[in-house]
Amino acid sequence: MVFDSLSDKLQVAFDGLRRQGKLTDKDVERAAREIRLALLEADVNFKVVKEFVEKVKTRALGSEVLESLTPAQQFIKIVNEELTSLMGSASTKLTFSPRPPTVIMMVGLQGSGKTTACGKLANFLLAQGKSPALVAGDVYRPAAIEQLKTLGGQLGVPVYDEGDQADPVDIAKHGVSWAQDKGRDVLIIDTAGRLHIDEKLMEELVRIRQTVKPHNILLVLDAMTGQDAVNVALQFQERVRFDGVILTKMDGDARGGAALSVRAVTGKPVKFASAGEKLDSFEYFHPDRVASRILGMGDVLSLIEKAERTIDEKKAREMEQRLRKATFTFDDFLDQIQQVRKMGSISSLLGMIPGIPSAKLKGLQVDDKAFDKIQAMISSMTPEERRHPDIINGSRRRRIAAGSGTDIHALNQLLTQFKQVQKMMRQLGSGRVPKNPFQMFGNPS
Amino acid sequence: MAQLREGLAKSRKALQQQFASVLFDRFDEDLWERIEEALIYADVGVDSTVSIVEALEEQANAGAIKDSAELLAKLREVTANHFCKADTRIDIAHRPAVILMVGVNGTGKTTTIGKIAWHLKELGKEPILIAGDTFRAAAIEQLVEWGRRVGCEVVRHERGGDPGAVVYDGLAAAEARGADVAIIDTAGRLHTQVNLMKELEKVRRVIEKRIPGAPHESLLCIDATTGQNGLIQARMFKEAVELTGVVITKMDGTAKGGIALAVSHELDLPIKLIGTGERLESLQPFDAVGFAAMLFDESLGRR
Ligand SMILES: Nc1nc2c(ncn2[C@@H]2O[C@H](COP(=O)(O)OP(=O)(O)O)[C@@H](O)[C@H]2O)c(=O)[nH]1
Ligand SMILES: Nc1nc2c(ncn2[C@@H]2O[C@H](COP(=O)(O)OP(=O)(O)O)[C@@H](O)[C@H]2O)c(=O)[nH]1
Ligand SMILES: [Mg+2]
Ligand SMILES: [Mg+2]
Repeated sequence: MVFDSLSDKLQVAFDGLRRQGKLTDKDVERAAREIRLALLEADVNFKVVKEFVEKVKTRALGSEVLESLTPAQQFIKIVNEELTSLMGSASTKLTFSPRPPTVIMMVGLQGSGKTTACGKLANFLLAQGKSPALVAGDVYRPAAIEQLKTLGGQLGVPVYDEGDQADPVDIAKHGVSWAQDKGRDVLIIDTAGRLHIDEKLMEELVRIRQTVKPHNILLVLDAMTGQDAVNVALQFQERVRFDGVILTKMDGDARGGAALSVRAVTGKPVKFASAGEKLDSFEYFHPDRVASRILGMGDVLSLIEKAERTIDEKKAREMEQRLRKATFTFDDFLDQIQQVRKMGSISSLLGMIPGIPSAKLKGLQVDDKAFDKIQAMISSMTPEERRHPDIINGSRRRRIAAGSGTDIHALNQLLTQFKQVQKMMRQLGSGRVPKNPFQMFGNPS
Repeated sequence: MAQLREGLAKSRKALQQQFASVLFDRFDEDLWERIEEALIYADVGVDSTVSIVEALEEQANAGAIKDSAELLAKLREVTANHFCKADTRIDIAHRPAVILMVGVNGTGKTTTIGKIAWHLKELGKEPILIAGDTFRAAAIEQLVEWGRRVGCEVVRHERGGDPGAVVYDGLAAAEARGADVAIIDTAGRLHTQVNLMKELEKVRRVIEKRIPGAPHESLLCIDATTGQNGLIQARMFKEAVELTGVVITKMDGTAKGGIALAVSHELDLPIKLIGTGERLESLQPFDAVGFAAMLFDESLGRR
């Protein structure tokens, strides 16, 4: 697991604050500064950033730090929740008309990826059993019609065009009746890229909208867009009233903060994400993924989520009690391993332990097969053996090894490890922390 | 927006105390904040914004700024000075001069090539275009159409072909015809696509081998609406093909194109051309002072 710079910075911002207690004024102020910078670096519009940070600060102030999280993680959790709720909670579904064809129109700036998105959406709909068709409504850009026809040809999807001398409004209108005649149930209209301040071309879109009344108008937005995304979105919103956004070029490393800006100022959801030039790199949008991408620390976020989902607080406390009393049995051992496995990799678990620097975790790999073996061996023990491993003598060893499909050597290793862990737990109980808490998960084979 | 740098507020206070008696109502806190916001809003990015504001503070501390009007004038000056000082002209003093156009997808490479060719024609030069984007659907047809509009030859292969091969043939054709300038189009590619960046390096090697000393210009096309990712793009492309400069396209929109400043300042690359539309003539030379003036609109000085 790799902690990204923001979370490392937040760790620093919260340095000196113990694991528990409330987030104080000063902590929050420092952390908010880091969040603000991160959002700006991610191209979220500065006005949107301002409002967002205020909201997070209000929520974070005085909030109780969850036991299983560090203050930094707690803060990130709040940020993430706010971010996800801002990005998400609106449907990504398209509206389908009861009377085919359902008409979808792509709009946006030059080069944002409209024509490619037409092809991708057609491909996406084909996979859902629809029969899409395309309309070549860009009569301005050289070879734009050719481009759409090439994509249509690749997919076996028919493309309607009237050359580059016709009026795009007429083309769209005729395209709809053409699709009806051909029995196509979804019609995707490609349009020319245009600047949101190009009065004449914006008017053209308005006329297309009034003439063919598309059921879905999608704004195609480049994920690399900067602060200006807000102006673009507001203008397109005002003139053509789009229903949702397709966020393109997500295969790069742009943070995609523009998506957040657009969502914040228009309220329109991002419906699809496009991540590549190939026609199949297209999917429904996952707000949580972009939220973590914007912050640049997906790993931390998924960890927090996993921690919340998986760790049963009560169970953890019981376990701790037993550990401290050193009545640590193979049942506990198995229990712990299963918990760990539920959460994904062992390094994620270790990463959650506050105070372990992220650098130490990089490159730490634990073999899943090793877990399988351990689990098999413990399952082959009798309840009595699990509670009192000391009784596992030679013949019991042979039985367990055979029953679990492993060998005596592996079992011996497990027993040694178990003893080490038991000892470690006793030390933990007495307050002495072992040097290497990871050794219990070493490979037994 | 709260200040971007912790020290900023402190030095600002010092500054204000210093000038308090004379300038209290003119040299307002608000103005500093609006300056920061204007820079951020222009996509200049946090680092370059801090650098500009610091430079401005230095001037103010040195007593070079007496009121808000002067502060704004100085701001423009300081901003203009942040651009890389290298020559912003396109080097065509070779025969053929070779220009390689690179950049991420959809930034305006092909269109800019059409515009450059048209301007060269106006200068009485004979350009030849090379269709090195063999990947995107109808990319070749697009360049061919620009060639038709300009009235110059376009060397092309089939879609899906090896870009190195068409570049090689194109340069051979340029030499054979005695063309003045050969302009090479390439497929858009994200800087994160390792194989495609390797491909670009290979194209560059083909050029170097065919015409020693070429390409004489390797221009990175950046869309003016681009945010902070532009900086990473420029860094990666610079590494791959030794950029000689940057073209900022789509400056006819409302985006301020401040990423150009960040790229120029932080990567030491001159901005060479500005694209201002989709027509043949919509191309302008870069002027740092004019660009800096445009970044801040007049309302900045007012309360
Ligand atoms: N890497 C990447 N490139 C894309 C994506 N979507 C579109 N493109 C490319 O972006 C460029 C512009 O796309 P195009 O569909 O022509 O944009 P339009 O001008 O809005 O129609 C082309 O080179 C496309 O191949 C994407 O999701 N990822
Ligand atoms: N408004 C405007 N549009 C531009 C400019 N330069 C290019 N475009 C448009 O941007 C889109 C992508 O341009 P293109 O040259 O195909 O980009 P490429 O993928 O980098 O080759 C096309 O629709 C162009 O007409 C410009 O300076 N201003
Ligand atoms: Mg298009
Ligand atoms: Mg192109």
